[in-house]
Amino acid sequence: MAKSKNRMVQEVNAGSMADIAFLLLIFFLVTTTIASNKGIQNLLPPKQDPNVPPPEINLNERNIFNILVNANDQLLVEGEYVENTDMLAEDIKDFLLNFGAPDEEAVALFNGLPQSLKARANRDPKSSDHPMSGGAVVSIKTNRGTSYEKYLEVLDQVKKAYFEIYAERVGLTAEQYRALTGKNPAEKELMDRGKEGIPLAISIAEPDKIGGS
Amino acid sequence: MGKFKKKTKTSENIPTSALPDIIFMLLFFFMVTTVLREQDILVEQRLPQATQLQKLENKTLISYLFIGKPRNPALYGTEPRVQANDVLINTKDIVLWVNQEKDMLSEVERDQITISLKADREVKMGAISDVQFELREADARKLLYASTTKVVN
Repeated sequence: MAKSKNRMVQEVNAGSMADIAFLLLIFFLVTTTIASNKGIQNLLPPKQDPNVPPPEINLNERNIFNILVNANDQLLVEGEYVENTDMLAEDIKDFLLNFGAPDEEAVALFNGLPQSLKARANRDPKSSDHPMSGGAVVSIKTNRGTSYEKYLEVLDQVKKAYFEIYAERVGLTAEQYRALTGKNPAEKELMDRGKEGIPLAISIAEPDKIGGS
Repeated sequence: MGKFKKKTKTSENIPTSALPDIIFMLLFFFMVTTVLREQDILVEQRLPQATQLQKLENKTLISYLFIGKPRNPALYGTEPRVQANDVLINTKDIVLWVNQEKDMLSEVERDQITISLKADREVKMGAISDVQFELREADARKLLYASTTKVVN
């Protein structure tokens, strides 16, 4: 009896197993969304003490790149009305790398820049002195009625200008530079070398309350 | 001719016994890589688009705030609201919420908490700025404006 049983092919029919697995697979494909943690990073200024007045910062007008966005999402860049943000990143790069009145340290920084960035230095006395701390600042001021989308579009362009400068200094593309995480020392070194001497100086002013919501 | 006849004798079954294994492998891949959404989003979410995106690596440090018009205007009105975890909260409760989120982290990571602001593109800056003010008060200054990739033509 036992021998006759062994002669039979003992195979479980596994053909429908694939169907079951497919069903599960499709269920997971449909119900889940791949969470992406992508976005534009921003560091808020520290909390203000109401008893202490905000620190007086003396900056020359020429060292501030003013971007104003009103409640109708219209842009005023350096006192001039502009239609869209297409040229914004290039303008900011020119402004940052102007080197109008560099001190000794800034001259050293300038000499360390690659040729393509040096070419941007117009030495315009009406534009920024140097991009180091205490120098050029990009200021974004919105209205309470400005749409979040427009604000992010402007911030995006400002970040683009900075990232392109950083990336060019270390010989990467902006995409490659942004992808650096600083997890291993080699990447961290690249990031630091890109940023060195040119801090990310974006000032986001409190929105004013005239008009809008 | 005889050669061709011989061929027909071989069985034509493709062995499919390995197919479930392959499908299971795919299944496990999707099960592991995806996160089941554990909360209902009560506000509209059409994230703005941007080009200069950076990815955050450490997911445990991220807490999400959703801002947008409520999906159910009959219950919650039409003004943009803030959602944290599963409920709509008032702007002034954000400090409390941030502290609760901080408590869930280990002590060394507490000051590295990052708030991912998932705001609808039509929200006005007034609402965003109020939230940012509260986040400053709560000393959660690392912020991520969540957005999707813009395709540049």
